[in-house]
Amino acid sequence: MNYSYYPGCTLKTKAQGLEACAFKSAQVLGVNLVEQEEWQCCGAVYPLAADEIGTKLASVRSLVAARTKGEKLVTLCAACHQVIKRVNHDMKTKEDMREKVNNYLQLKEDYQGESEVIHYLELLRDEVGFESLAKKVKVSLAGRKVAAYYGCLLLRPREIMDFDDPERPTILEKFLESLGASPVNYPYRTECCGGYLSIEREEVVEKMVNKIIDSALQQGAEEIVTACPLCKYNLENSSLCQKGEIVVSYFTELLAESLQVKEG
Amino acid sequence: MLREKITPDTTKKEIGQISEISDEKILDCLQCGKCTAGCPAIHGMDIMPHQVIRLLQLGQVDKLLASTTIWGCAACFTCLSRCPRKVDLSKIMEALRLIVLRTKGNQRLEIDKVPELLAKQIPQQAIVSGFRKYVK
Ligand code: SF4
Ligand code: SF4
Repeated sequence: MNYSYYPGCTLKTKAQGLEACAFKSAQVLGVNLVEQEEWQCCGAVYPLAADEIGTKLASVRSLVAARTKGEKLVTLCAACHQVIKRVNHDMKTKEDMREKVNNYLQLKEDYQGESEVIHYLELLRDEVGFESLAKKVKVSLAGRKVAAYYGCLLLRPREIMDFDDPERPTILEKFLESLGASPVNYPYRTECCGGYLSIEREEVVEKMVNKIIDSALQQGAEEIVTACPLCKYNLENSSLCQKGEIVVSYFTELLAESLQVKEG
Repeated sequence: MLREKITPDTTKKEIGQISEISDEKILDCLQCGKCTAGCPAIHGMDIMPHQVIRLLQLGQVDKLLASTTIWGCAACFTCLSRCPRKVDLSKIMEALRLIVLRTKGNQRLEIDKVPELLAKQIPQQAIVSGFRKYVK
């Protein structure tokens, strides 16, 4: 099946591993991700101000392009997913913004939030199915104790993201189980890593990430997976990680490993 | 905190700006404190999240504009997801930041800082976020 794919700035630079593994795995799973032709950076944070329109336009352009192709729009970076999904929700529900955006963009047909945005994990769960994924696994990750780290952006706000239970999510654990790994349950898996605070408030972030990692270690985790390049950076920058207590990788790296497509 | 009955017609011009930018209703807050209890970034804040709303209800915006709290909020949406009144504090924090940032000379991130950030291997998304959050 064909899907429009939105990469975002970081997947083309620092987080190429997240994308490469996702693409190689998709091929094996019979999913055809086609990168959008003229995507623009989403801005990395959803503009929370109701009176800001310009900063939301890049997302709308990608949403419109997906509508034109009649395909679902697949995201991979948790931050892009949050931005594009929330802008789409605004276009569906906020008349005032919809009117301004459409007046500005002058499309042949007004955009009203018709496209569907799904994250790669949702693609695996809802389109491929974890059961059929399990059948395609070549190298089982049996015996690996993996802590799934969700962070904020995929889960909250629940009403808009509509991804999983924001307090007790299970999608990443089910994903890990389908690869044969043993997911580790720990209380801090939905707690914020500090996100963009690492630009100017490193000391605040340090405390936040150490709490998360400490919590995962206490429950016996040997590695952590995430879907966000900034979460990965913040977690890896923590003193616990720097000491080599635990490694952090992208969920797609484990996926590609178990499908035996990671190298080459 | 002041013991004072609040009325909807608190006058300061910034209060109007905040409701316009955030699209949130500060009078919906019943001061239960759940937002503060669950805030993961609280150790970087001088005013607690529920107090932010209380001060707004009392019209004391100046204290908030000068606080470390508004720059310490990570926009993680934990408070919103647990608030019994569905008050979105992240939007109120953003509105407070914007009142500062939309005033000339108040930018917090200089373009010259980018090479230094890139040298630290910080992901591009953080730098882009920085320009969205600290510059207008
Ligand atoms: S959780 Fe909601 S109602 Fe309770 S103090 Fe915070 S903002 Fe107010
Ligand atoms: S959005 Fe801000 S105030 Fe609310 S819990 Fe997160 S860091 Fe705290």
